[in-house]
Amino acid sequence: MIELFIDQYSSFSGNVDFLFDLITYIAGFWFLIAEGAIFYFLFRYRKKPGVKSEYVDGTNKRHKRWISIPHFLIIACDIVLIIGSAKVWYKIKQSLPEPDSTIGIVSQQWAWTFIHPGKDGKLHTNDDIQLIDELHIEVGKNYHYELTSKDTLHSFSVPTFRLKQDAVPGRKIRGWFKADKKGVVDIQCAEMCGIGHGVMNARLFIHTKEEFRDWQQRQPRFSMTSP
Amino acid sequence: MCVGCKLSGSCSTKGVTKCQPIIAKKTIPQKLKEYLLSTDHKVIAIQYLITGLVMAVLGGYMAYVFRMQLAFPGENVPGFGWVSPGNYNALVTNHGTIMIFWVAMPVLVAAAGNYLIPLMIGCDDMVFPRLNRLSFQLFFISALVLLASFHVPGGGFGGAWTSYPPLSSKEEYSLTPLGAPIWLMAVALEFVAFLIGGINFVTTMMNARAPGMSLTRIPLVVWMIVIASILFMVSVGPLVAGSIMLLSDQLAGTAFYDPVNGGDPLLWQHLFWFFGHPEVYVVLLPAMGIVAEIIPVFSRKKFFGYKAALYVTIATGVLSFFVWAHHQFVAGIDPRMAHLFTATTLLISIPIAELCFLYIATLFGGSIEFKLPMLWAIAFLVEFLLGGVTGIYLGASGSDIYFHDTYFVVAHFHYTFFPIAIIALFAGIYYWFPKATGRHLNEFWGKVHFWGTTITFNFVFIPMFFLGMGGQHRRIFDYRHFPELAGSDMQELRVFATVSAIIMMAFQIPFIINFFYSIFKGKISDKNPWRATTLEWTTTSPPPHGNWEQLPNVYCGPYEYGNPNGQDDYIPQNMAITTKETQTHG
Repeated sequence: MIELFIDQYSSFSGNVDFLFDLITYIAGFWFLIAEGAIFYFLFRYRKKPGVKSEYVDGTNKRHKRWISIPHFLIIACDIVLIIGSAKVWYKIKQSLPEPDSTIGIVSQQWAWTFIHPGKDGKLHTNDDIQLIDELHIEVGKNYHYELTSKDTLHSFSVPTFRLKQDAVPGRKIRGWFKADKKGVVDIQCAEMCGIGHGVMNARLFIHTKEEFRDWQQRQPRFSMTSP
Repeated sequence: MCVGCKLSGSCSTKGVTKCQPIIAKKTIPQKLKEYLLSTDHKVIAIQYLITGLVMAVLGGYMAYVFRMQLAFPGENVPGFGWVSPGNYNALVTNHGTIMIFWVAMPVLVAAAGNYLIPLMIGCDDMVFPRLNRLSFQLFFISALVLLASFHVPGGGFGGAWTSYPPLSSKEEYSLTPLGAPIWLMAVALEFVAFLIGGINFVTTMMNARAPGMSLTRIPLVVWMIVIASILFMVSVGPLVAGSIMLLSDQLAGTAFYDPVNGGDPLLWQHLFWFFGHPEVYVVLLPAMGIVAEIIPVFSRKKFFGYKAALYVTIATGVLSFFVWAHHQFVAGIDPRMAHLFTATTLLISIPIAELCFLYIATLFGGSIEFKLPMLWAIAFLVEFLLGGVTGIYLGASGSDIYFHDTYFVVAHFHYTFFPIAIIALFAGIYYWFPKATGRHLNEFWGKVHFWGTTITFNFVFIPMFFLGMGGQHRRIFDYRHFPELAGSDMQELRVFATVSAIIMMAFQIPFIINFFYSIFKGKISDKNPWRATTLEWTTTSPPPHGNWEQLPNVYCGPYEYGNPNGQDDYIPQNMAITTKETQTHG
C-alpha cells in the first residue's frame, strides 16, 4: 500500500511494501475483530429496563477459552510477522551482495558530500568525483556505500528506495542499494541534526548506462595536474 | 496571639494586651501557606493534576505554533509571530518533553497514584507524607526550570526530546549553550521527584492496606500504578547516570559521547531507550488501570479475569525491558541485533492484546450505561487499539527501515499517548470528580467535550499516517525544500491536520469552564453516585483529612457487580457477604 503514496525505485522497495501489506492484513484482522466485539457488546448489552447484568468473573474454563484461544492465535501471527520482517531486514541490511561500485557519503551540518569513484572504478583514488548534495548512480548496479559523519548524527534516507541508515560520527557504516528504474529522487536527512535539519536535502540522479558515462565524462578532473 | 489562652483557656494578660481568640479566622496568607505545605495526599494529588493541566495548555500552545508553521510555512503565526528554524526545533522538542514528563507522568502516575492509592487500599495517608510533599515541590521546581530554559541567551533546547549527542552535548552543534543544560537539569530533577514518589507508592501499597485487603483484593488501578512506579524506578537509574554524563560533556568537557576523544554517541541512545521504552508502559499502565475501574462500574460486571489481568500486566512490565533497541534499528547498531528486538517487540503485543481482550470480555453480559466516564473509557479502548496495531509496523525491523523517523511514527505515537494521557485522564477526571469535589460535572457540556475531542483527534492524526507513508520525515520546519514532499496533496493533508488540531483544542474550552464552574456550582453528589464497590466511595465527598472517621475493613474483592447476593446489584468491599457459598476471591 505504500506504493500508492510513493514510487518504488530500488530492488528492495517491493519487499518493504509487501511486509507492510502482510502486517496490514494480519494486524488489521485482529483490529477489526476487537473493534467489532467492542461495538457489538456495547449495543447488545446496553442497559435495558429489567435486565440485570450477569455474574461472570472469567475464572471457569468455558470463559477462559475466549482469552486463551486468541492468545495462541496471536502467537502464531506474531511468528509469521517475525519471520517476514527478518527476511526483509536480512535482504536490506545484513546480506550485502558483491558491489559493482562503492560510493562514499559524508554527512555534516547541513550538507551531504558524495564521493563517486572516477573512471578507475575505485574509491579513494585521485580521480574521485566529489559533489555536494548530488549523488549520481547507474540503474541496475549494486552499489555499496560507506557512510560517515563529520559532526552530529545524520540519517541517509531515500524514501523511494525504502532505505534509511543513520550516520554516526566515529563509525563507517556500510550498506547497499540497487536502483531498478531511472529517475531523479529525494535524499533527506532523517535524524535531527540542528537548526538546518529542515534544509538538509539532496538529489539522487539515477542514470542509464550511457547517460552515466556521459555524466562521468563531463566531470572536471581535479587530479589531472598531479603526476 | 496569646499563648496563655491556648494553655489555660483563660487569658492571663487580661487588661494588659488585647488577646485574640484562638479560633480566629485564618488569613489568606495562612491558608495559602497551609495549602502549599499540606502533606495530605489528596491535596498533593490535586496540585499535581493542576500543574499537569497547566503544562498541558503550554504544550498544546507549542503544538499550535508548530502545526501552524507546517500548514502555512513562513507566515506569521497569530499569537507567536514568525517561526525561525531554531524556534521550530525548540517548540517541537519541548512539546514532546512537556507532554511526556510534565503532563502524562504527573497526571497519570503522580496525581492518580496519590489520590487513589490511600483511598482505595483504605488508609489515612501515604506512609511518607512529607516525602510526598518534597516530591511535588521538586516536580514544581523542575517545571519552572524547564520553562526558564526558553528565556536564556540562545533560546530553548532544540535537539529533539530524545536529545541525542553529539548534537545535545556540544554547544557548537546545538547552538543553545544554556538551553541544552537547563533542559537536561529540568528533566533530571523531574526524575528525582518521581523516584521519591514511586518509593512512597510502593511502600504504601505494601504496608498500609486496610485489614482484609489481601493482595488479590487490591483494585487493578492501584496495582497498575504501583507496577508502573516499579518499572520507572528500575529503568530510570541508567538514564540519570546517562544524563549526568551528558551534563558533564556539555559543561565540563568530558567525552562520554564524543567519538573524537574515544566516547560513543550510541551509548546515550541505549541508556535513553532502556528507560524510554519502559516509560511507555509507565504511563500506559495507570491509564489502563483507570479504565479497568470504570468499565466494570458502568457495565455492572465483575472484571473478567482479575488475576489474569494482574499477571499479564507484570509480564508486560518485565518484557518492556527487553525491547528498547527497536528504536535504534537503523541507528548503526549491529544489524544482527534487530532480529532479537523484533521478536521481543512483537511478543509484547501478546500481553497487551490479552489485556484489551479482558476489557472487552468485561463488557460481555453487562448492563452498560453510557455515562460520561464510560464514554471516555470506551474511547480509550477504541482509539488505543489503533495505536497498538500501528506499533507493529515499527516494531518489525523490515518495515521500520522505511518508517523510522517519519510521520508514521508521530501518528502511531500520538495514537497511543493521546488515549493514555488525555482520554484516560478525562475518564478519570469525570469519574472521580464527584469524589474530589462533592459535585458533578455538567453532563451536556461533558458530552460536547467528549465528542468534540474524540472525533477531531482522529482528523488530526490519521492524515499523519498517510504523510508518513508518503515519506515525510519528522522535525522538519518547512517541507518546501523537499521536492517529493512539497506537493499540494501533501500540503492539503498538513492543513487539514492543523485545522483539526485547532478545533480539538477549542473543544477543551467547554471542559475548562465546566470544570471550574462545577467545583463551586455543580450538581451536588452523594457519597457513591456511580454505585461503585471500591473503598474510596465509602467515605464522604470530598473525603476529610485522614479519609475516614474509622478506617474500613475489607471483606471481598474489588469488582462485586451483579453479584446475586448483593442487596442492590453490587457489594462494596467493606461489606461482609452473608451467604457462605459465594466466592469472595478475585
